Order: sequence, then C-alpha cells, then structure tokens
Amino acid sequence: MKIDWVALGSVFLIALVAVVVVTGLFAVGVRGLALRTTARESGAGGTGGLTAAVVCFAVCAAIVAYGVYLIVA
Amino acid sequence: MGFSLIVIVVIVAALAFDFTNGFHDTANAMATSIATGALKPKVAVAISAVLNLAGAFLSTEVAKTISGGIVDDTKITPVVIFAGLFGAIIWNLLTWLLGLPSSSSHALFGGLIGATWIASGADAVHFAAVVQKILIPAVASPIVAGIVAMVGTFLVYKITQTARQDVVGKTFKTAQALSASLVSLAHGTNDAQKTMGVITLTLIASGSLASGAAPPVWVILCSGAAIAAGTYLGGWRIIQTMGRKITEIQTPQGFAAETSAAVTILASSHLGFALSTTHVCSGGVIGSGVGRKLAEVRWGVAGRMAIAWLLTLPAAAIIGAIASEISSSGGVGTVLVGVAGVAVAVVIYLWSRRNPVTASNVNEPEQQPVTVGAA
Repeated sequence: MKIDWVALGSVFLIALVAVVVVTGLFAVGVRGLALRTTARESGAGGTGGLTAAVVCFAVCAAIVAYGVYLIVA
Repeated sequence: MGFSLIVIVVIVAALAFDFTNGFHDTANAMATSIATGALKPKVAVAISAVLNLAGAFLSTEVAKTISGGIVDDTKITPVVIFAGLFGAIIWNLLTWLLGLPSSSSHALFGGLIGATWIASGADAVHFAAVVQKILIPAVASPIVAGIVAMVGTFLVYKITQTARQDVVGKTFKTAQALSASLVSLAHGTNDAQKTMGVITLTLIASGSLASGAAPPVWVILCSGAAIAAGTYLGGWRIIQTMGRKITEIQTPQGFAAETSAAVTILASSHLGFALSTTHVCSGGVIGSGVGRKLAEVRWGVAGRMAIAWLLTLPAAAIIGAIASEISSSGGVGTVLVGVAGVAVAVVIYLWSRRNPVTASNVNEPEQQPVTVGAA
C-alpha cells in the first residue's frame, strides 16, 4: 500500500490556507459591516467599517472567482 | 444510428443512476443552507439543479475512463456495465431510504468491481488501484475537510464574537447561499461527468463511437438533465440527516462548512488526489460542529454514516456481482435483472412513503429520538 503523502499533504495545506484566508477575511468584513451599522444608527458615517468590509468581500469574491475559473477551465 | 438492445438498456440504467446520484447528493451542497434557513428548501434544490446542469456543460475535461484503472478496461462489456450500474442504483436507493449520505462514486465503483470480478475473474480488478484511489481518499476526505472546517468555523466565531449578532447572522446567510452554490457547481462538473463517461464507454465498446471519442451532445444533454432532475426532486431524507441530525447548524458554521467543502474539492481535483464529494461535505459539517464552541456533534449519527461509507463499496459490489452473474446468462437474464431493479425501486419508494420527508417537513425536529450507534 502506497500513500501519496505529498499529494495528500498539499491538498490539505492548500485547502487549509485558502479556507483560513477566505473565512477569516469574510469574518473581518462582517465585523466592518457591523461597525458601520452601529455607527449609522448613532448618526456617524461609519465609512471605515464599510471600507474594510468592501475590501474584504472583494478579495473573497476574487478568490471564489478564481475557484470558478479552475472548475470551468 | 441503430443501437443494439443492450446498449439502450445500459444508457437507460446509466441515466437512472445519474438521477439517483442527483437526489442523493443534493444534501452535499444544500443541506446546511436549508437547515439554517439561508435558502428556502424548494429554492435551494432549484439552484442546485440549475448549477448541476450548467456544470455538466461547463467542464471540457471528460471523464476519460470512469473506471480510472480500477478494473481492466478491455474486459468490460455492456452487460458488465449494466450489472455494475444495477448494484450502484440499488445501494443508492437503500441508503437514501435510511437517510445516509453515502458516496455515489463508491457505489458506482463498487458495482463495477463486483460485476467485473464475476464476469472476468479477480484478475480483472486492480486491487492496488482500488486501495490507492478509493480507500485512502475515503479515509482522508472527511478528516481533511473536517479539520479545515473546524479551523474555519473557529476563526469565524472568534473574529465575529464581539460584533453585532444581527448583522453577523444576516450577512452569513447571504454568504451561505453563495458558498452552497459553489459546491453545487463543483458537484455538477464532477458527477454528471461520471455518467457521461459510462455512456460514452458503452457506445465505444459497442462500436457506435470511435475509440477515444468525446461524448456526443445528446449524451451531455441527457446526463445533465438526469442529474438536474434528480437534484430538483431533492433527497430530503439525506438533507435532513446532514442539515439537522449531525449537529445544530448556524449560518456562520454553514458558511465555513461549505467553503471548506468547495475549497477541498477544488484543491483535490486539481492536485490529483481525488476525494469523494460526499465524504468531504459530511466531514465539513462535522468539523463545523466541533469548531463552534459548545456545539454538539451527535457522534452516533456520524458513526452510522461512517459504517455506511465502509459498506458502500462491498455492498454495491455484491449486488453488482449477483446482477452480473444473472445477466451474463443471456438476454433473458438481463431482462430479469432490469425487471428486478424496477421492482426494488418501487418497493423502496413505497416504503419511503410510510415516513415521508419532504420540502415542507425537512426542517422539523425529529418525531422520535434518533437511535444512535446500533443500526
């Protein structure tokens, strides 16, 4: 029985890194969105939170788009 | 072009398998979204069906050899393929009745292995390839996806802990619909291909197509349509197991589980270490249960699922072997197996009506406590 540890290891590592990046960034984006909502309710602009959210979501979207590209191509 | 009877029978059986594959695997992509309410049940299966159909057309890479070196290609005849499909279909229906998310690919491989073994002897089955391409990935998939989902879930909860929970819940709901769609698309490109491969192989074996030919458009269309129809029907019993019985799922968990599943499937199919979609998705759900503080994983349900995974290949192989034995006795045998298949399907369907799980009650709590472990 031969286990291809290199292939298995690289699948695991890449999946782990990609998920940490995507879910982590998305969660930061959600935080930003939450900050903005709070700020808006108390009359402030909340631009900082919104900017953080938009940047995070954009990076996530780009990674997902790359994933779709991998499926299609 | 005229096809012989056996070729037509195989095509029908392949499409039937594709159909069961569709409703068996709807849960992979959509179970957690349905459980958290991110998507309405009917909407979820509709999205999944469309993306499965799209996936069938998107991928240009054809499943060149569905057996992947597991059985000796030169010894496969349409009758063997038919018997293998028979084993796979019956096992898919049985596990659906029990609400167990077992791997459709394992069922297909198992059926083909059993049928080939009987028809051409054990030599025609490449056992080293079976271990390397099926058994090891089967063990590795849920572990990899589980750990990845666990880390992802932990991270999401850690980061959003202090944020406003109403915004958090709402945003993750939207995100979940997207991550579920990605899993559906990945699934469509994978699984519809398998049926196309089977049909194309049959057409080549019977001389209707040249060796190495790509699947004709009507094959792609039929396969895509069959898997989409099956998906739309919705395997509610399995959706209930994955969405509600393994662990209680919240939207951030669902998002983490689905993202982990999608990423793991993508990474594995592009790095040449094939993992089973079903095992990856189930592992993701379990991992997201472990990753959320205090979330309880019902290990009894998970254990029952693992037993079903272990049984899938040998069980489908035995059914495939019996079908192979009977159908290789001639035309009458093949007809007999076909009739038996339809009869078993009807019995299982009628049985399922005694305790139906549908779009309207899939999210309801269980009537009676889950009998854990024993089954």
